[in-house]
Amino acid sequence: MTPALAIAGLRTEFRIGGAWHPAVSDLSLDLMPNETLALVGESGCGKSVTAMSVMGLIRPPVGRVTGGRILLEGRDIAGLPEAELESVRGDRMAMIFQEPMTALNPVMTVGDQVAESLRIHRGLSRTEALGRARALFEEVKIPSAAARLGEYPHQFSGGMRQRVMIAVALACDPAVLLADEPTTALDVTIQAQVLGLLSDLRARHGMAVLFITHNLGVVAQIADRVAVMYAGQIVEQGPVGAIFARPAHPYTRALFAAIPRLDRPDQALSAIGGRVPPLDAMPDGCRFAPRCPLRRAGCELPQTLEPLSEEHAVRCHVAAHA
Amino acid sequence: MSTAAEVELAPTRPSGLKRALARARGNPTTLAGAIITLLIVAGAVLAPWIAPFDPTEQNIIDRLQSPGGDYLLGTDQFGRDVFSRLLYGARISLVVSLGAIAAAMVTGGTIGMVSGYIGGRFDLITMQVMDVLLSFPSLILGLMVVALLGPELENLVIAIALTAIAPFARIARAPTLVLKERAFIEAGRAMGFSHLRILFAHILPNILSEVLVMGSLWMATAVRVEASLSFIGLGVKPPTATWGGMTRDGFENILDAPWLAVFPGLAILLLVLGLNMIGDGLRDATDPKLRNE
Repeated sequence: MTPALAIAGLRTEFRIGGAWHPAVSDLSLDLMPNETLALVGESGCGKSVTAMSVMGLIRPPVGRVTGGRILLEGRDIAGLPEAELESVRGDRMAMIFQEPMTALNPVMTVGDQVAESLRIHRGLSRTEALGRARALFEEVKIPSAAARLGEYPHQFSGGMRQRVMIAVALACDPAVLLADEPTTALDVTIQAQVLGLLSDLRARHGMAVLFITHNLGVVAQIADRVAVMYAGQIVEQGPVGAIFARPAHPYTRALFAAIPRLDRPDQALSAIGGRVPPLDAMPDGCRFAPRCPLRRAGCELPQTLEPLSEEHAVRCHVAAHA
Repeated sequence: MSTAAEVELAPTRPSGLKRALARARGNPTTLAGAIITLLIVAGAVLAPWIAPFDPTEQNIIDRLQSPGGDYLLGTDQFGRDVFSRLLYGARISLVVSLGAIAAAMVTGGTIGMVSGYIGGRFDLITMQVMDVLLSFPSLILGLMVVALLGPELENLVIAIALTAIAPFARIARAPTLVLKERAFIEAGRAMGFSHLRILFAHILPNILSEVLVMGSLWMATAVRVEASLSFIGLGVKPPTATWGGMTRDGFENILDAPWLAVFPGLAILLLVLGLNMIGDGLRDATDPKLRNE
């Protein structure tokens, strides 16, 4: 079975003070149809940059993708001309964003916003597209769908707006859905509803979902597999069960240790000492080494992802040979 | 947190222009301005039916008649009816200023929007060119263009449009700079929308109300510039009636027949006043700082 999305050796660079520095380096991922892969990591670790690179939205002069292949349903879309990318974006792959408050055009009815991509990618007439938009609204469980098509974003609550965003993204039945922290701006009950909806939709459409989040609780709820990112690299990758049961990389372990527990009311919040190295001062070896409690000889060498089991891999020579 | 997002959205709500109009309606100054302007527009549109005389027909026997009597506002040195000429002159003023402002709004607005959207060096250079245009007083720039192209109706429109392009570019660029960073623009790109579609289907509707309000204010300036050009003889050529031209002709007989200069002058004053009152009202109504009053 071909992966819906296969990223191999992706490298994305940004310009800082006249020199290019990688924000994402040597990133490889396979995403099968009907699978949710959670990309986890703290702010600035390169999760969103990865998604934007896949979408082809990182362009000079701001940034550039300098290496790697991005295969969407077997077709390499890295370096496609802009016009061809435009025909793929929103059609075979779509993206939903973090801020449902600002990700919709305030002066356009939500119905027209859902219909717009159908008219562009499928060549439907406005009436046909609005009919399809109505079906999509019902699918994302927006109550009284037909009546709400003609309303504007400000008439919707945050959770409902995120449903509209999901309807927009699903309009052309994409093979890959990139969800960039879609529930971060929502409160927890709404978050649970939206996550449930996303799981349903993924199963019904057989989509591959790349779910970007920093919330491990969300990961447990929605993901099949997890990739943990640190400073632009995947440091650990594996099935959600294995990662949660046996986190191998010291960074992954530190992340789990930082989750406050309900059954220990008196605990002090644990934090990871130090800070993420800046893009223009990345260590050559393990990027987590300066903060790592297990640091030892060998950490100053570049680390590779080594398999722990068939599907579980870790970028740490200490953990890999423990 | 959600309130902060609501506040941020407020200035570009869909009903922005409609609500601004509603607020403007409640303002007596705006209402007065609208009434004055509408009366003049009605007079111009209905001129062929309501003008008592042919505006260009000379009647030497009845020359320099005072207002009242057969001629409501008197006659000029050729015996032409001043009132009829004012009605027809309103047509020139309105057509020239409307045409010029529409042209400036489309060209200037597009330049500003595209420039702000592209950004970087392109934006810098475009806006500096606009600053150079802006540094000419409207009348001087208009004078140069008409002197070069000749005093025809179309050239007047072009001349006045040129003087108004830069301010429209500025007014369209500023909100575009803010909008292009908004998430829905990036979301649009992620949906595969082309830059052209983003610009004209997504950014344009968001900045339209600001540009239109600016247009209503600049209409008054356009009327003034047209009248000034006609006054110094660079307007539409006689015998076509123009307010500026009538005022100038009136000066030749200012002592015997002061109404000849006074009435067209008053007409210019009233139209400029009316348009400014509308523009001020609309601007106040869309200004968030004045909204809570």
